[in-house]
Amino acid sequence: MNADIRPIRTAAEQALATAYEDTKSRLPGGPEIARLRDRAFSAFADSGLPTRRVEEWKYTDLRTLLREAAPLAGPPDAGAIARAKETVSLPVPNLRQITLVNGSFVPELSDLGDLEKKLTILPLARALAEKHPLAGMIGKLRPETHNATLALNTAFLNDGVLIEVGEGAVLERPIYLRHVFAGGTVAAAFARSLVVLGRAAAATLVESFEGPAEVAYQRNAVTELHVADRANLSFVRLQAEGESALHISSLLTEIAGGAELSFAALTLGAAVSRQNVSLHLAGEHTQINLAGATLLRGRQHADNTLVLDHAVPNCTSRVTFRSVLDDTSRGVVQGRIVVRPDAQKTDARMSLGSLLLAEGAEADQKPELEIFADDVQCAHGATSGALDEQLLFYLLARGIPRKQAEALLIQAFFGAALEQVRHEGLREALIDRAGKWLELRERAS
Amino acid sequence: MLEIKNLHVEVADRKILQGFNLKVGPGQVHAIMGPNGSGKSTLAYMLAGKPGYRITDGSVTFDGEDILELAPDERAAKGIFLAFQYPMEIPGVASMVFLRTALNAVRKRRGEPELSTPDFLRLVREKAKDLGIDQEMLKRAVNVGFSGGEKKRNEILQMSLLEPKLCVLDETDSGLDIDALKVVADGVNRLRSPSRSMIVITHYQRLLDYIVPDFVHVMAKGRIVRCGGPDLARELEERGYAAIEAEAA
Ligand SMILES: Nc1ncnc2c1ncn2[C@@H]1O[C@H](COP(=O)(O)OP(=O)(O)OP(=O)(O)O)[C@@H](O)[C@H]1O
Ligand SMILES: [Mg+2]
Repeated sequence: MNADIRPIRTAAEQALATAYEDTKSRLPGGPEIARLRDRAFSAFADSGLPTRRVEEWKYTDLRTLLREAAPLAGPPDAGAIARAKETVSLPVPNLRQITLVNGSFVPELSDLGDLEKKLTILPLARALAEKHPLAGMIGKLRPETHNATLALNTAFLNDGVLIEVGEGAVLERPIYLRHVFAGGTVAAAFARSLVVLGRAAAATLVESFEGPAEVAYQRNAVTELHVADRANLSFVRLQAEGESALHISSLLTEIAGGAELSFAALTLGAAVSRQNVSLHLAGEHTQINLAGATLLRGRQHADNTLVLDHAVPNCTSRVTFRSVLDDTSRGVVQGRIVVRPDAQKTDARMSLGSLLLAEGAEADQKPELEIFADDVQCAHGATSGALDEQLLFYLLARGIPRKQAEALLIQAFFGAALEQVRHEGLREALIDRAGKWLELRERAS
Repeated sequence: MLEIKNLHVEVADRKILQGFNLKVGPGQVHAIMGPNGSGKSTLAYMLAGKPGYRITDGSVTFDGEDILELAPDERAAKGIFLAFQYPMEIPGVASMVFLRTALNAVRKRRGEPELSTPDFLRLVREKAKDLGIDQEMLKRAVNVGFSGGEKKRNEILQMSLLEPKLCVLDETDSGLDIDALKVVADGVNRLRSPSRSMIVITHYQRLLDYIVPDFVHVMAKGRIVRCGGPDLARELEERGYAAIEAEAA
């Protein structure tokens, strides 16, 4: 073997390789899963952590940002579970709460009683150990290009949750999947989840990420989502990680014909975060609505990278992302819409906007259209700028103090994204959460 | 109440107000007329504290206090209100939220308690009705989708809610139809009181038939060139600005 063609490994990459060798034999599942992990890890070992030279990671150089790979979190002890219990969750009544602490499914913090007909909820570790058929769907959704963080997640595949909503089932009660990090020491929490919506099923799903402010924990969470024909999913996500954390998440989605997906994300937390959202529109007449609001302060860095792949004709997609950037924070939004040669009559629109609240804040927005079909309607736009002084003056002239006037305009700006959440309780909870961010800003001055 | 002395104001390095003088006593209504570009809106904006106006000379005192260093919200809290010539549209900010935030901010600074939700709603409903403003309109974002006339009525609604001490109306009549003009003028007249003063900027005599001023001033090139009573407005209507400016020169 020729030693000098191997890429030079960073300390973090080396630590990940050691961790993988040490743990792989203890991870659940049969030989097939073990092979899946091995393939994933060797793909990761080949590429290493992504650098800015990888186009999709241009603004988020993970090899530099992830200097040390934290040790794997392991199952939470009683103390961690107790602390997780205290973490405030979204104050919305009637949510069916499922809790993962440090990446592990915690039954005592999960509401599995009175499951609706055709609703299945399983801890991933158990499903893997018992070779449940749903577990066999893990790893089926793959992005077109190699994604090192996804590969890492697959390599350390261990626990998480599997949710299936059977054909025709219409769930009234939203399912709330909480990812909580609890513990006083730095650790890496990997979680893998799978959500399957059967034909014509309908559900509301909420996913949140939280943890303590002072611990620099590392999160890598992947959710695979299969939406069958004519199913309808409303998906809300809150990234409110502790402010020292590194958050990486990937949402991989395949959507079949006539289905409807409405996705809204509020990004508030973590020191560094990267949210991948990849949507594959695989059936005709599907409708996608993606909305995102990102509010950053201090030195926070958040990267939302979206890929919408229109593979078939007659689909509609809408993307609305709004970033509010204070202090020296940096907000990245990369949105790529691909329209394949077959995807005639695609109607795709993407609007990205950033509001810069301080001189030192930076917005990097990259909307991209790759169109290979001729009979389509596609549009994209990106704007960025400071608060409108004329509008501010109007509000001030009515006696509204400056910070409060700014808050009204900021709220109006991100409201364009959050207003799109259909579930009223959830919409209000998210707007309220964003409102708290503004209150803190008002008080800070 | 308001005293402007020898005021010189520049905007973008252009001299706009050049030796402007005006004294407004409590309860008085002063009309200011003058050709396009003579500096009427500049005066109004300057009073409200709009950024970008450079005061190179002169003074402005309100209730004996120098206001030139005050921020716009502080001036509003002291009771200065400008009804804009071109009211802004603010997408995403609900009208009621805006009105309530403004009213409570001003009340707080006057040392008055915040209004409860039912009291606030009752008050807005009553004032809106007086001005012929449809409740449906107030469900929209501030001025978004309002017609020109509706925007002007909305300015007067804000004025009557905030109960300022000095009202500056910048061409509130332009864009209003004849009936609306009457409704708005009635609204303004209801606010007239021995302690409240007004500066009414207009091009048309008609508004001054409804809101009868105590004084009429003619502005040209950044200064007042003639003063008089309500009759001066009628004279202007007949003879035009050019004649009067020529006389003043
Ligand atoms: N921001 C600015 N930059 C440059 N010039 C300005 C600015 N604002 C006003 N001016 C100029 O100042 C002069 C006075 O403008 P102002 O708006 O005060 O006039 P006005 O008397 O209100 O006119 P109108 O009757 O048309 O409303 C005009 O010549 C105008 O072009
Ligand atoms: Mg004007």
